Amino acid sequence: MTAVPVELLHAMLASMWRIRAFEERSIELFQAGELPGFLHAQIGQEAVCVGTCSALNDDDYLTSTHRGHGDIIAKGGRLDRMFAELYAKETGYCRGKGGSMHIFDFSLGILGANGIVGAGLPIATGAALASQLRGSQQVAVSFFGDGATNEGAFHEALNMASVWKLPAVFVCQNNEYAESTPRRIQQNIQDIAARAVGYDIPGVVVDGMDVLAVYEVVSEAVARARRGDGPTLVEAKTYRYLGHYVGDPGLYRTKEEVEEAMTRDPLTSFERKLTTAGILSEEHCRTIEAGVRLEVEAAVEFGRTSPEPHESIAFEDVYA
Amino acid sequence: MPEFEELVYREALKAALREELARDERVFLMGEDIADPFGGSYKVTLGLSTEFGTARVRNTPISELAIVGAAVGAALAGMRPIAEIMYIDFMTLAMDQLVNQAASIRYMSGGQVKVPLVIRTQGGAGRSSAAQHAKSLEAWFCHIPGLKVVMPSTAADAKGLLKASIRDDNPVLFIEHKLLTLQTLKEPVPVGEHVVPLGVADVKREGSDVTVVATGRMVQLSLEAADVLAGEGISVEVVDPRTLVPLDAEAILRSVAKTHRAVVVYEAFARHGFGAEIAAMIAEQVFDELDAPVVRVAGANTPIPFAPKLEKMVIPSAESIAAAVRGTLARSL
Ligand SMILES: Cc1ncc(C[n+]2csc(CCOP(=O)(O)OP(=O)(O)O)c2C)c(N)n1
Ligand SMILES: [Mg+2]
Repeated sequence: MTAVPVELLHAMLASMWRIRAFEERSIELFQAGELPGFLHAQIGQEAVCVGTCSALNDDDYLTSTHRGHGDIIAKGGRLDRMFAELYAKETGYCRGKGGSMHIFDFSLGILGANGIVGAGLPIATGAALASQLRGSQQVAVSFFGDGATNEGAFHEALNMASVWKLPAVFVCQNNEYAESTPRRIQQNIQDIAARAVGYDIPGVVVDGMDVLAVYEVVSEAVARARRGDGPTLVEAKTYRYLGHYVGDPGLYRTKEEVEEAMTRDPLTSFERKLTTAGILSEEHCRTIEAGVRLEVEAAVEFGRTSPEPHESIAFEDVYA
Repeated sequence: MPEFEELVYREALKAALREELARDERVFLMGEDIADPFGGSYKVTLGLSTEFGTARVRNTPISELAIVGAAVGAALAGMRPIAEIMYIDFMTLAMDQLVNQAASIRYMSGGQVKVPLVIRTQGGAGRSSAAQHAKSLEAWFCHIPGLKVVMPSTAADAKGLLKASIRDDNPVLFIEHKLLTLQTLKEPVPVGEHVVPLGVADVKREGSDVTVVATGRMVQLSLEAADVLAGEGISVEVVDPRTLVPLDAEAILRSVAKTHRAVVVYEAFARHGFGAEIAAMIAEQVFDELDAPVVRVAGANTPIPFAPKLEKMVIPSAESIAAAVRGTLARSL
């Protein structure tokens, strides 16, 4: 922790709170019937989003998933344009045409959240290839879930990235469930990182509830990628506090299991670390939290009051 | 006379699955999250894994290619698998196994084997699910020789057609519409043995002025439009082919020969779709009967947008169907 600049520690905490507050608010709005479609909340997984993205530059690439609000926020995504998109408004990131699962921000290297499980890995592989061809030193990170590692796309992307030594980092947010299905009936392996062996690349397990541990592991993988030494598979062990989608009662797991995971809350534990080390006071932490909650509220207001997309938008941008 | 029970669409599907699981031990189900307590994304299979065990109603990894491929292999090895692909949009991940394998193997092998499998999936827009969870892709599959394609529009048809699909000796893509699956409307469904043969259309409403050929959820919207038009003195006949392949051409042509006008309604992207096929068939076979050009009412040629306001604009509505019917009556050849 001492190696990490204090400003970065502050920024990490703020970013984690930004995600938590964004998700809490979007859930409330969804339940109040203000947001169409469906939502997948990333609460519980904030340390993976923030630990990873804190190791990246603005021009590094990122692919995300259906459960990606936190990924986007950690990479610098604007809350107002995100909320506007969730509200299906014209001012949203995708002009109301994408929604929660499809947020893109090319100015931040965000090549899209994705509704197709596993689809981001080959895309990140391609972005890494572009970087290698151009010699641009950019790294491409792909976030995906444990469930995604059972798709062919995962294996094909890792293999291709490994043989071409592409500057890619594959970060699995292992929350132990794919919708209702626990990992043990989807795959035999204890650690997803073990799959790296098949591609002769490093496979690293990290505590996904510990933002600094994630930051350290990903920083190393990013450095390796930038050096031209090829991809890394990072498995961050984390947990999804809520159901698969907002409204899913999660009958397939026990209350005890969920409660146990919550005792390892990534925000609480990081704050404890910071306060114990005397880096931040408890009061300062609350100021950070209160600050981002205000930010979130302003973003909600922006989304709510923005205009609905004009009808012509339905027919625009089918082709360039 | 058969006995009837009141079921929603989803329960009718489940009744078919339950009865076929009980009838034939070669039948089994596999798919993502279909087992209890989750019971499937759209809850069609809720209760079945508890009743029949997780060997026969099994959750799979998220591996669409392997799900469809395993269904092909199991079918070749003597089983009668029913695979669930959560959204038809995800069929893209399994196309090789369905198109190059399942659909071709019987022919390619000189008729040595049958490939009796059903892929249940759901499609369609209307829930703000955006471009990767709301498509209507039936035309792709209709294009492929060796596949059958089924689209039930009512609870009774859902049950009867699913039972027929399971008993069919060919690969069948069985497409449910997500809004029908979520619908709470109860409809009379025959109890027990109720099999609707594949390839037999149903006239959902008789009429004399215009034939509307509609598929899936569009049948409902067409019936709503027909109600409105009846108030204007326009008599609409609504023909539901129920199975797109095999197609009951006879029923459609017979209706057009009676009304002399045809509107084809389907939710998929308009171009190169089911409507073009029906229009061509009518032109080729009963051109002389037509009093007006055949009209298509279909989805816009755009990906499906997220915003409810935009989504409504790119799929047909009862209003757009009614407008097309009025339009065709205003024309003459
Ligand atoms: C190709 C594909 N198959 C299935 C789905 C449906 N689906 C959406 S999320 C999900 C579970 C994903 O699990 P995981 O990768 O672990 O991510 P998590 O939801 O846990 O974040 C499934 C099966 C999908 N969207 N795309
Ligand atoms: Mg998961």
